[in-house]
Amino acid sequence: MKYLLLINAGELDGGGDVVGCEPEDWMRFDKEIQGSGVVVAAESLADLVTATRVQVANDGKRTVTDGPFAETREVLGGFYVIDVPDLDVALDWAAKCPGSRGGGSIDVRPVAEFLGG
Amino acid sequence: MNGRVEASVEAVFREERGRLLAALARRFGDLDLAEEVTSEAIEAALVRWPVDGVPPNPGGWLMTTARRKAVDRLRRDQVYAAKLAVLQVEADRADPFPAPTVAGELPDERLQLFFTCAHPALAAEDRGALTLRCLAGLTTPEVARAYLVPDATMAKRIVRAKKKIREARIPFRVPGPEELPERLPGVLQVIYSVFTEGYVASSGPLLQRIDLAEEAIRLARILRRLLPAEREVAGLLALMLLIHARHEARTGAVGELVLLEDQDRGRWDRPMIEEGQALVVAALTGGASGPYGVQAAIAALHDEAADVASTDWPQIVALYDVLFALEPSPIVALNRAAAMAMRDGPEAGLVLLDELAGEPRLREYHPYPMARADLLERLGRLPEAAAAYREALALARTEPERAHLRERLKTVETS
Repeated sequence: MKYLLLINAGELDGGGDVVGCEPEDWMRFDKEIQGSGVVVAAESLADLVTATRVQVANDGKRTVTDGPFAETREVLGGFYVIDVPDLDVALDWAAKCPGSRGGGSIDVRPVAEFLGG
Repeated sequence: MNGRVEASVEAVFREERGRLLAALARRFGDLDLAEEVTSEAIEAALVRWPVDGVPPNPGGWLMTTARRKAVDRLRRDQVYAAKLAVLQVEADRADPFPAPTVAGELPDERLQLFFTCAHPALAAEDRGALTLRCLAGLTTPEVARAYLVPDATMAKRIVRAKKKIREARIPFRVPGPEELPERLPGVLQVIYSVFTEGYVASSGPLLQRIDLAEEAIRLARILRRLLPAEREVAGLLALMLLIHARHEARTGAVGELVLLEDQDRGRWDRPMIEEGQALVVAALTGGASGPYGVQAAIAALHDEAADVASTDWPQIVALYDVLFALEPSPIVALNRAAAMAMRDGPEAGLVLLDELAGEPRLREYHPYPMARADLLERLGRLPEAAAAYREALALARTEPERAHLRERLKTVETS
C-alpha cells in the first residue's frame, strides 16, 4: 500500500530553515528510509519564494501569480511516497521524519488504488 | 420463533459475534466483509439450530459457515475477489484459521479489534461507537439510541470510520510490547469515554435505552480477560465499578442529581464495591501506579466511608497529589482543591480554586463554578454563592444536574 507523506514545515528561522532541525537530521533520516527500500519517490521542494500559482477561469483565461507565500502557517516543504504494509508502518516513518518536529507536521495520505490500473 | 426467544438467542450470540468478527476481520483485513458474514452466519444459526439442534462444536460451526459465506461473496463480487483473493491466500498461508477449542469456543482474538477500533487515526467521537458495535455487539440503531443521536447520523459515522480503516489500511493487530504503553491508554480512554457518556446521556428522554455505563463495564471485563497482567486495565474496571455501584443513589425521586454527601449509602451496590476493591489491590500492586488505578483508589475510599465526615480525606488528598503528578491537569487540581476543602475547611479549598481561575479548560466546565458555589455557601458568602450557582447552571448540560443546581440556587437566594 502506497502512502504520501506530505511534510509541512513548522516554524522557520531567518534563513528559511526549520527551527530545531539540523541538516544532519534530514540526511540521517533520508539514508535510513532510502536504505529500508520502502521509498517510491521523494523530493524536497525549493524555497517558497520560487513558487508560482496558475489558475484557469471558466472562460479559459489563465491567471499566473507570484506565490502563494505563507498564507497558511504550514508550508509544504517536500514529500515521500512510500510503499509499506499498513498505516501503522507509515505512521512510524512519519514520526521518525525530522519534519514532524519543531512545530512541523506530516500528513499521511493513502494513495488511491484503482483496480486494473 | 417469537420475538422474546429470538432476543434471548441474540443475547447469547453477542459474545460469539465479537469473537467471530475479530477472527474474520483479521483474516480478511476487511471489517465490512467480516461483519456481513458474521451476521449471516448467526442468522443461519438462528434458523438451523432450533430445527437441527445445537451442533457439538458451535464455534466451529459458526466459523465454517461464515468462511463459506465469505467465499460465496468473493465469487459473486469480482471487484472484491480481485482485491481480496490474494490477501486471503496470503493470510491463510501465514496465519491459518484457528481451530476452536475442545469446548467448541472460538479462540479469542478480540484484542486486535480493540486496538483497531481505538486507533488514534480514527475520529475520537467514532472510536466509542465502533467499539460498541464491533466488540459489545450492539446494532447501529442501538448505538445511536445510546448516544441519543438519530440512526442516520450514527450510521454515517460508522460508515466513515470503517471506510478509513479499509482505505487507509489501519491494521488489525495487537501492538508489540514496546508499543503497548503508548497504545493501551487510547483503548482505555475509549472505554472510559463510553462510561462517562453513559452518565451524560442518562438525562435522555428515552427509557428503553442501552445503558452505556454497563456496556463499558462489560467491555472492560473482556479486556481484562485478554490482558490480565495490565494493571491499568484492572484500574479502569475498578474505577467504573466503584462509581457505578452508587448509581441507584445518585438520582433523587424526581430525577435530580444527588451529591455524594447526600446519598443514601444503603442503596450502594455492595457486591459491586467489593469487586472493585479487589481490583484496586491488583491495580496498585507490583509497580508504579497508573492514573486509573489511583482514581479507583480514591473512589474506593469514598465507597468505604460510612459518611462524608468519616471519609479519609487526608488519604484522598494524598492520592490526588499522586494523580496530579501523573496527569497535571486543571481538572485534577479542581478535584484536589475540593478534597482539601474537606480536609482543611472551605477557606483553604477556596484559595486553591481561585488560583485556577482563568484556566482555559475550566472556563466552560460547570463543576468548577459548582465547587466554588458550594464552598462560598459553606462560608456564608451567599450573594457570591448565588452568582456562582447561576454560572454553573448556565453551563450544565444534563437535566439532573440542572435540577440540583436550581434547588441549591433557590436555597441560597431565600436564606
